[in-house]
Amino acid sequence: MSDTLDHSDRPWLDPDTAPFIKVDGITKKFGGFTAVDQVDLEIFRGELFSLLGASGCGKTTLLRILAGLETPTSGKVWIDGVDITQLPAYERPVNMMFQSYALFPHMNVAQNVAYGLKRDGIPKEEIVQRVGQMLTMVELSGFSKRKPHQLSGGERQRVALARALVKRPKVLLLDEPLAALDKRLREQTQFELMRIQEQLGVTFIVVTHDQEEAMTLSTRIAVMNEGRFIQIGPPTELYENPDNRFIASFIGSVNLFAGHTLTRNNDLYTIALNKHDLQCQIEHTQHLDNGSPIWVAVRPEKITLSTTPLAGEGLNQLMGTVDDIAYTGNLSTYRVKTQSGDIVEVTHPNQSRSRGSQLIADWDDTVYLHWTSADSVLLSE
Amino acid sequence: MGKKPSVFLFSMLCFGLAFLYIPMAMLVVYSFNYSKLVPVWGGFSIRWYRVLFESEEIWSALMLSLKIALLNATFATVLGTLAGLALARIGRFKGRTLFTGMITAPLVMPEVITGLSLLLLFISLNSIIGWPSERGMTTITIAHITFSMAYVAIIIRARLAGIGQHLEEAAQDLGGKPFRVLLDITLPLLAPALVAGWLLAFTLSLDDLVIASFVSGPGANTLPMLIYSRVRLGLRPDINALATIIILVVAVGVFIAGWLLLRQQQQRDRDLQIATTDNSDLSGLNDKDHHSHDRSGDIPQHQVDTGTPERPSRR
Amino acid sequence: MEPALPHRMTRLARKLQFSLNGVIIAIPFYWLLIFFLVPFVIIFKISVAESLIASPPFSPLFDIAHNGALSVHLVFDNYAYLWEDSLYIKTYVNSIRISTISTVLCLLLGYPIAYAIVRSAPTTRFVLLMLIILPFWTSFLLRIYAWMGLLADQGTINNILIYLGLINRPIRLMYSEFAVHIGIVYSYLPFMILPLYANMEKLDHTIHEAAADLGARPFTTFLTVTLPLTIPGITAGSLLVFIPATGEFVIPDLLGGGNVLMIGRVLYNEFNANHDWPVASAVAIVLLLVLVIPMMLYQHIQSKETNG
Repeated sequence: MSDTLDHSDRPWLDPDTAPFIKVDGITKKFGGFTAVDQVDLEIFRGELFSLLGASGCGKTTLLRILAGLETPTSGKVWIDGVDITQLPAYERPVNMMFQSYALFPHMNVAQNVAYGLKRDGIPKEEIVQRVGQMLTMVELSGFSKRKPHQLSGGERQRVALARALVKRPKVLLLDEPLAALDKRLREQTQFELMRIQEQLGVTFIVVTHDQEEAMTLSTRIAVMNEGRFIQIGPPTELYENPDNRFIASFIGSVNLFAGHTLTRNNDLYTIALNKHDLQCQIEHTQHLDNGSPIWVAVRPEKITLSTTPLAGEGLNQLMGTVDDIAYTGNLSTYRVKTQSGDIVEVTHPNQSRSRGSQLIADWDDTVYLHWTSADSVLLSE
Repeated sequence: MGKKPSVFLFSMLCFGLAFLYIPMAMLVVYSFNYSKLVPVWGGFSIRWYRVLFESEEIWSALMLSLKIALLNATFATVLGTLAGLALARIGRFKGRTLFTGMITAPLVMPEVITGLSLLLLFISLNSIIGWPSERGMTTITIAHITFSMAYVAIIIRARLAGIGQHLEEAAQDLGGKPFRVLLDITLPLLAPALVAGWLLAFTLSLDDLVIASFVSGPGANTLPMLIYSRVRLGLRPDINALATIIILVVAVGVFIAGWLLLRQQQQRDRDLQIATTDNSDLSGLNDKDHHSHDRSGDIPQHQVDTGTPERPSRR
Repeated sequence: MEPALPHRMTRLARKLQFSLNGVIIAIPFYWLLIFFLVPFVIIFKISVAESLIASPPFSPLFDIAHNGALSVHLVFDNYAYLWEDSLYIKTYVNSIRISTISTVLCLLLGYPIAYAIVRSAPTTRFVLLMLIILPFWTSFLLRIYAWMGLLADQGTINNILIYLGLINRPIRLMYSEFAVHIGIVYSYLPFMILPLYANMEKLDHTIHEAAADLGARPFTTFLTVTLPLTIPGITAGSLLVFIPATGEFVIPDLLGGGNVLMIGRVLYNEFNANHDWPVASAVAIVLLLVLVIPMMLYQHIQSKETNG
């Protein structure tokens, strides 16, 4: 990331841009259970923002609060400078795509899409025209007379999207938009969603539990756990610069080595791993006392594997034996048992076709693991 | 979780429950009235209960009704279960449409028609084969079995459809012969429906006046027939006492059944919660677990919530 | 070894399975055939016989004449009699009118109750359902009797109204059409609520949220989404009330007295008091014809419900 002053792509870096959606201290309690706990959030116009977390983390509740389907216990929500906290769902300038799609089973595709426009008292000709346009955009023009039960899962998903978008909402809320689709269709639809979002410029807020989906779609992701945000940031930041062990292990795979700090030189800490005879220097901006417990996080793809020891400036090395190899087509994952008994995961791209030549090492071979300090992250919590 | 009912819905609910229960409450209150004139309060008394218990007519009518109800419930459960099995488990057979029609028609047939038709059958049979030579307990029981087995069949069919066929198929796959599978798998799974069906048949029989009046002969008076002959002439405090006892017995029965069902349901909810929290723990701080973030933790929960997983695609 | 043995055994097994299915079907099938279907043939037969002052009080339909020829007497006099005596037609029309009004009243009361139950928390929902079903398990006759006590001239309602000073003389509540409506609604309310509840419970709750999200106010959501989707429940519940109410005997007899003409009561009297079996049978057959369309409609809904 450079220090460019043009933040048009990243409005959250520009302190002068006013947020389009502002969530201010929202809490939602169901009886004794706190689903959403004092969260603050700013989302900017045109973003494709994801709320990511495991089931029960409060992400859907937060989305429903934005839609007006749930009243927050405390806190406020602004959209485009207007406090909408007390507005009922049917008066809000937001629309939602439900996880179950919630298509009206007794209406055909065109009637479903037209439903919201009719409620706004829009003239008939305009309704027909806008519904037609929208169905063309989601490539369902020939389906307008079909009932929901005559459609495939992917087609239903597109009807739900068209129905929510045809009202030209300021914000579109999507609750697990792709969860009901099979893997291949999901990947196609991800790009379709991004195309439509870019074309219309509507702000999207997506709730998902699928970290890959969030990474592909989003401008920014907020990771939630137990009703709170753990980290908010663009996908690359969450992946390469996780704030803590939760994020590091929630987004992708990671190897975590426990250690402690030895000395500090400005932002450069010298640390030692607890179970391995290894010292290295890693940058970290927060202040840590000498001797603080820390973790070193290294992504599996950032480790290289060799059968002979290598030496180099800033190169960290561990020795171990290959415990298991998983072949997944594009990659092979090696599980290496180090001398201390830990398992370290290493992925290696399979660049050539014949299987024998891809294997760097075989089961039970002694191997050496290498990574540069710059490719590892120091985590203090 | 449903949304909170609106004020209108809530008041309609209260009105409905009041409408259902106030008349019954009044029955109970006036059963303790000393006065012979039912609606005129003459002080608290249990004299009508004594009158009731000393009435031999009531006792013999009650005994007859209970005998019929017991026989009816048992036979109707057997026949209704067979019919339910036929409808839910045997795909195609000759006369299925007629069979289905004959099962569902008694549910909506006006009692006067059922009663009249059965009486005429018994009379015709008597003139052709000499049976039944006299009408009474036997003819009433047969009539009751005929209409209550239809109710049992509907309950059994619904339960069979609910539990699906895969358990029986698994038993067959493991070598179970048809009769063994029926005995070891199907019937135990049906147990709650069998109990419900038996109770329903028992109650329907105890409750029936019209059909019994048609097919009964001289001298055989069931309890409803006796009550009817008395109340048509006006209000009688001993009938209030009888009503109170019936309401008490039913209320206690329904309360116990409801409590058991509720406890069972809550236990199931708790088990489910434990099962799902165990699952979701996987997605926490589990360092090197590739699969912790896929949907495996969500799917079982979702299925239980909606009942049938394929439902969204059906309608 | 004997290669044919396994083959023979599977054939035996298939045969056994077949005979087991045969038994499962045959027992209830023949029971219903003898005790449900045949009686209707007999009713029809008697309805086209002449009435006689004898026992049984009707002429035989089949007669083996002295010369051995089979002669069939079909007499449609009984039906002609129903047509000519305006009392019967009036009674049919009146029965349908009364049960239609009662069905509508039942729906107006039952629909919001069913909706309120569906909208409540699971445990409350269960308790409410039990409360709705409970009266059904107590005696139907005694519940009608309870209303006799409430509606009588010296009954509870009149007593309360006089006590409150709203009236000074008892008003006539018993032995009126009003009393019959109350009796029908009271007795058949659970039959309206339960199918409605079953229908509403199956609805995906998110479609109501979707309607709100798309800008529909609660009442519009009700009209455009809830109501159209609960038509199967409305139809099933209405038929479950309408059909038996049309042929109802106890309620018009105890609460309507001689002032309210309903066909069930006429049939009962024709049979028990007048001993005119052929006319009673003709009355029953015509009632069946009147109800056959609603009954088939109900059957149709039920089979659609169970077969997906």
